Amino acid sequence: MSRILVIAEHDGRHLQQSTARCLNCARQIDAAGADVVVFAAADSPVPAEAAQLAGVKRVLLVAQTTGGSLAAVLAPQIVALAAGYDCILAPSTTFGRDLMPRVAALLGAGQVSDIMAVVGPRSFKRPIYAGNAIITVEVPEGQAVIGTVRSASFKPVESGAGAPVETISVSAEIPAHTRFIELQSGSSDRPDLQSARLVLSGGRGLGSAENFNKLFALADRMGAAVGASRAAVDAGFVPNEMQVGQTGKIIAPDFYLAFGISGAIQHITGIKDAGTIVAINKDAEAPIFEVADIGLVGDLFATIEEIRKQLG
Amino acid sequence: MHKIIVCLKRVVDYNVRIRVKPDGSGVITEGLKMSINPFDEIALEEALRIRERGGATEIIAVSIGPEDCQQQLRTALAMGADRAILVQTTAELEPLGAARTVLKIVEREQPELVLMGKQAIDDDCSQTGQMLAALWGRPQATFASKVEIREQAARVTREVDAGLEVIEVDLPAVITTDLRLNEPRYVKLPDIMKAKKKPIETLALESLGADTSPRLRTLKHEAPTPRGKGILVKDVAALMAALRDRGLSA
Repeated sequence: MSRILVIAEHDGRHLQQSTARCLNCARQIDAAGADVVVFAAADSPVPAEAAQLAGVKRVLLVAQTTGGSLAAVLAPQIVALAAGYDCILAPSTTFGRDLMPRVAALLGAGQVSDIMAVVGPRSFKRPIYAGNAIITVEVPEGQAVIGTVRSASFKPVESGAGAPVETISVSAEIPAHTRFIELQSGSSDRPDLQSARLVLSGGRGLGSAENFNKLFALADRMGAAVGASRAAVDAGFVPNEMQVGQTGKIIAPDFYLAFGISGAIQHITGIKDAGTIVAINKDAEAPIFEVADIGLVGDLFATIEEIRKQLG
Repeated sequence: MHKIIVCLKRVVDYNVRIRVKPDGSGVITEGLKMSINPFDEIALEEALRIRERGGATEIIAVSIGPEDCQQQLRTALAMGADRAILVQTTAELEPLGAARTVLKIVEREQPELVLMGKQAIDDDCSQTGQMLAALWGRPQATFASKVEIREQAARVTREVDAGLEVIEVDLPAVITTDLRLNEPRYVKLPDIMKAKKKPIETLALESLGADTSPRLRTLKHEAPTPRGKGILVKDVAALMAALRDRGLSA
């Protein structure tokens, strides 16, 4: 039996879906589930949300007086809780990737990054070389398992359970050397890129920020999230939070439609777990066609227009 | 004035597609082109720019690995680092071991800033910078896409899933660099010649006394499962039909 602690990821108002995916991984390590710790304001609605997830034994709320989710602030608090657990997991999002190595180092432990499969309670598969190889790593007995969980590899657990919420306090020295200033975020009414079923994604082939509007319009018609390749972000067509790939978001929608994306290996890494990959590109030699389930060689804009027409 | 340490990892060049050994014991790296981890190269470029703006006086490039790492350190010196330190070992260190090793160098050199890439493109761990910051008891600013150095603090814009997060960290600190921070310069021939005169200090890993024993055991390597072969459709009508077949209801 493993005693597992999952670190909740949230934005102060809502729990991120990455937490429910992380819990799925936790349940595969131990079917009994895990405790979830929420670092949030005392009146935050997040603990109640976390309590509903299947596989949660109890929710621990550690009240915070400052906003943000700084690793330097959270890590010593997690370390203070660590003695009660054999395994501590967080999502392999920028939140967990920033935080967990700081926790692991303070505990003198190794970390298993980007867990993509649970082989046994102490052994896991993870990708290396941008997913061109998969390794199985084992955490020896007697050492805590510290890991980040690759969201695209685990479906979120269902909601509807009712675990107890306990407010606890931890004794930890919180450093003042790191200060949150602000979060600049392009607000959007579109579905979240990391949890959407359907994602339309644009590359350099779209040519300009204006042309991305055509993709946005189609996405709104289809209820889709919108992503982009690194080339499109570097060119300034769209903001960085839309980037899909090794250094952007790693996603696993049911359908991924790539418009004008050539398909560099770093991009493919971010979409490999998608259900159906569709490539639309005028260059029939583009590497994206090698991984696509459905390919269409043709003009992007004519295709976008035609899809809109056919949707009626 | 500030001293900056830049950590550089020697990795298989990012243009090379690696293959797994048939017996699953590792990946084939023999004879492949090796380079500075691209994220670390961005870290070095940022250090050079900080110095050019008057924010640093000395840049020290540090690498851990076999003797061949000197090639990458020479490149770093040609780009503009003042001197280099190679911590020599044939062992492959895990991030915790690497962080503990760099900490020894940090304790000796007392830099105001340590820069390194946000991840190495071989093991993709994305741990060493954060671990170093933890062990050093100093701030970390990971995934940086903008760095402003002030007298005693740095203001860093970080690329996070929700957008861009701005934080302020007191110095000394560890900053890990993301792709959009800068575009590294090309090395010019005269700089390569000049770099030959710059010193590379070599230290045996064992001489530093850091605990670099592995914490994890790698049981096997395997190739990823390939996706099934796809189909080409000739027009949008066929595309939409194929998508509906697969359950898309839009």
